[in-house]
Order: sequence, then structure tokens, then C-alpha cells
Amino acid sequence: MNFSTPKIKSSEITPRDIYQARRQFMQLTAGVAAAALWPGQLLAGEKLTAAKSLNFAEKEELTPYDKVTQYNNFYEFGTGKDDPAAYAGSLKTRPWTITVEGEVRKPVTFDIDQILKMAPLEERIYRLRCVEAWSMVVPWIGFPLAELIKRVEPTGKAKFVEFISLHDPAQMPGQRSPVLNWPYREGLRMDEAMHLLTLLTVGLYGEVLPNQNGAPVRIVVPWKYGFKSAKSIVKIRFVETQPVSSWTEAGPNEYGFYSNVNPDVEHLRWSQAKERRIGDFLKRPTLPFNGYAEQVAHLYAGMDLKKYF
Amino acid sequence: MTDKNLHTKRLAWIKTGVFFLALLPLIKLVIGACLDALGANPIEKITRTTGYWTLTLLLVSLTATPLRLLFKWNWPIRIRRMLGLFAFFYGSLHFLTYLVLDQFFDWSAIAADIVKRPYITVGFPAFVLMIPLALTSTDRMIKRLGGKRWRWLHRLVYLSAIGGVVHYAWLVKKDLTNPLIFAVLLAVLFGIRILYRSIGSMKPVFTPVKRKTSHTDR
Repeated sequence: MNFSTPKIKSSEITPRDIYQARRQFMQLTAGVAAAALWPGQLLAGEKLTAAKSLNFAEKEELTPYDKVTQYNNFYEFGTGKDDPAAYAGSLKTRPWTITVEGEVRKPVTFDIDQILKMAPLEERIYRLRCVEAWSMVVPWIGFPLAELIKRVEPTGKAKFVEFISLHDPAQMPGQRSPVLNWPYREGLRMDEAMHLLTLLTVGLYGEVLPNQNGAPVRIVVPWKYGFKSAKSIVKIRFVETQPVSSWTEAGPNEYGFYSNVNPDVEHLRWSQAKERRIGDFLKRPTLPFNGYAEQVAHLYAGMDLKKYF
Repeated sequence: MTDKNLHTKRLAWIKTGVFFLALLPLIKLVIGACLDALGANPIEKITRTTGYWTLTLLLVSLTATPLRLLFKWNWPIRIRRMLGLFAFFYGSLHFLTYLVLDQFFDWSAIAADIVKRPYITVGFPAFVLMIPLALTSTDRMIKRLGGKRWRWLHRLVYLSAIGGVVHYAWLVKKDLTNPLIFAVLLAVLFGIRILYRSIGSMKPVFTPVKRKTSHTDR
């Protein structure tokens, strides 16, 4: 059975020049209160208005939309790369709530529409580096996770943030097999979560996040391997002790809590020294912190990154 | 099967059929490559596909003996060489994909992989062990080595198959379903051999080249 959403026709993909013109237009009109324009329900594929565009991938070419949306690791829908695009159609992204709990003064359950209006949406172009040694460049849409964190007022005991993804085998067929201990859990240290690069993400390529990319809301942490960026989040928990991520639980010697992109830390299955950008033939060298060392290296000053991998 | 010509004819048909069936995965890959239909990561797709068929054909070639033991069928053994050579063919494509497309002759990266990535540490020798088997697959080589030594040498295929399954199991990140299926099938194929050997009803082992007399048949 194939539950796939209809394949995007090439005629529906925005040509790059129009796309980039739109981006320039958006830069000019930065500050427009986009929230007022939004319809009540935003479903996968619908256009999203982002207030400004920030390119954190320099002159690197964007990975085409069809590759970004058809080559995914999202084990909730199966372990094959094409499984998410094929089976994520069964995921219902409305209604959707995110419960924020734990060490906060204002525990709250947000509706997804509240999240969408919480802060101005920005387009952020980030490199995405998978632990399997491939990479992409993706124009995400979202706002800094810090915006949400500030609203719930973490207490002094909040040292880590834990993200919990949806657990519903009826909607997520991959969860019928115990590949990982469901639900999927990921975590960040408080300062990592507050970092301006850490994006609470609701869209890509100018539209609402497709289901297979983690709809309706995910995080994107561009200096860490892809699996650190939890998808389809239903709960955000502030905790005092370091949470255990699903992948760390599955392979503690392979997937550490930090999982910062690091060409110098060997991996059991993949050399991390190089990566293949999707669409390229030759591999390129992998950069420390996925090229974001300037922005994030200070978070780890004095830490032995081979030990805290 | 009483008519000898008919038998030969049927075997020829089976051989032709198996030949094209075994070629099909490659044809599909080539067509996919021409149409740019191998997905977002074509090199990974080619690596996966050629690896999968190497292991599949190795296992299929290893079913010949169990089929003879269980059902007294002899024809599978007559196509075993072709199956084995196809397994080697796909294994070579798999290795070349890694060497050229994936690593692009980055010898130091390859050496590091062989030493540091356990699935490659075991996969590389599993492939290398197939080379002498392919080289000695001709009638002339069987004759030169003599049936006994030839059979002894070709038992290396067991190591290759085990190595291949372990390679697959160590490669996958988490979902072990497919490697486990291969492991169970291989265990069954070995089990049948061992069972027959232990109950002592093992027929004299197949001699690849029919000779009236030989050292081993005496």
C-alpha cells in the first residue's frame, strides 16, 4: 500500500530565479507582520510567508526540493530513505499540540497555530549533515527555539531540554517495529537550545513542512548530525539531568549526546572526514561543527570533543 | 527425463532463463541510471543493489547441494557455476562502485575503512576470497587441480557467504530485518548439509567433471 502524497509535478516547483527574486522581495519587505495574513489551517505544501532570509550556507547551492522531500531518515515511517515520502501521508498534523513541561514557571500546552504565530518566521538556509556522510542545503522556515523558551520561563534547575516526538503507530507505521524505543527522544543542553542558530522549524522551501520532513514542527540544529533534530514534536521537557536520546540508547558508543559534526571523531560505520553533498559526485571535506564553528565552538570551550562526542 | 536429448534441451532452457534473470538487476540499474531514476543518492543505490544481489546469488548457488540432498535433484548443480560467477560479477560491481564511485580511488580513505569500519574489515576479504573461486571455475582448472583439491578450495565460498552476511548486518544502523533473513537462510543451507553429513547418508560428493577413473573416485 502506498499512502504517498501526490508527487510534486516539476511544473509546481518554483524555478530558482523566481524563488530568489521572491527572497529578495522578502528581504526588502522585512518586518511585514506576516501573521495577519495567515489562514487558520496550514497544511503541508501550502505557502508560508517568511519575513526575511538568512543564508548560513554561503554560496552553496540549495539541494533541490524533490531531493529534500524524497530522501529522508525518519524511522517512524520506515528505515528506507524513500519510506517517509511514501508513508508519511497518514500523519495528521491538525489538530496538534505541543506540551511544554518540567522545570519551567509557565508550563503550557501550545496549539500548533499558536506556535506558528509566536514569532516572525524567518527563512534560514542551513547545511544539513547526516551521520551517514551525506549532506544537503535546505532553506528552512521557522524562528529561534529561544523565542519559545523565553515564553515558558525556565527555572534555574533547567539544564537540558528534551524533545519528544509523536508516538502513534496508527499514523506512523514504522513504529510498529521496535527499531528504536518509541517515542523518539532527543535533547540539547540549555545553552545549545537557546543558541540563535537552533531553529524551531515549521516549513521549508517557502511552504509548510511536508510530513516526511517532520511536520508540523521540528527543530533544526545545523551544527549537529541530522538525527539530533527531532521531528514531529509533541512534548518539550525542561530537565535538570542530561536526557538519554533514542539513538544514544540504541548505540551508546556510536551516537553520543552531543553528536556535533566532527571530522576528527571516527565512527564505526562511516568515516566522518568527508561527505557527499546530495547531487555531487565527488565527496567534500566535512567541516568541524558543519561549518558553524565560528558561531558555536565557544559553547564547547575546554571540552574534550573526542570524549564528549 | 528419460530422453537424454530432452533433458539437455531443458537444461539449456533453464540456463538461458537463469542467465537473463540474473542479469535483470543490472539491466534495471542501467536503465535507472540512464533515466536518472536512482533516487537522490544514486551511488548509495548502486552500492546497495549490487551488494544485495551478490549475497542473494551466493545463497542461491549454495542451495544446489541441499536440493540434491533433499530431493535428489541434480540440475541445480549444473547451473551452480553460472550462479557463482554471477555472484562474483555483482560482487565485483559492488567493490568497483565503492572504489570508483564512492571513494574515487582515495586509497588512504579505503585503507582506513578496511581497518576501522568493521563491516568493511569483514566485507573486503569476503569479496577477495571469491576471486580464486572465479579464476578456478573453468573445466580446465578443475582438471588441473583435481576434484578433491578443487572441492576443498571451493569450500571457501562458505567463508565468503558468512562474511557477506556479517558485512550486511554490521553495515545497517539499526533495522536488522534483512540481514537476519539472509543469516537464517544461510543457517538453513548449512544445517541441511551438516544434518546429512552427520546421519551418514551423504552421497559421494559431486564430481564436477565426469571422468571414468580418477584418484578421488577410486
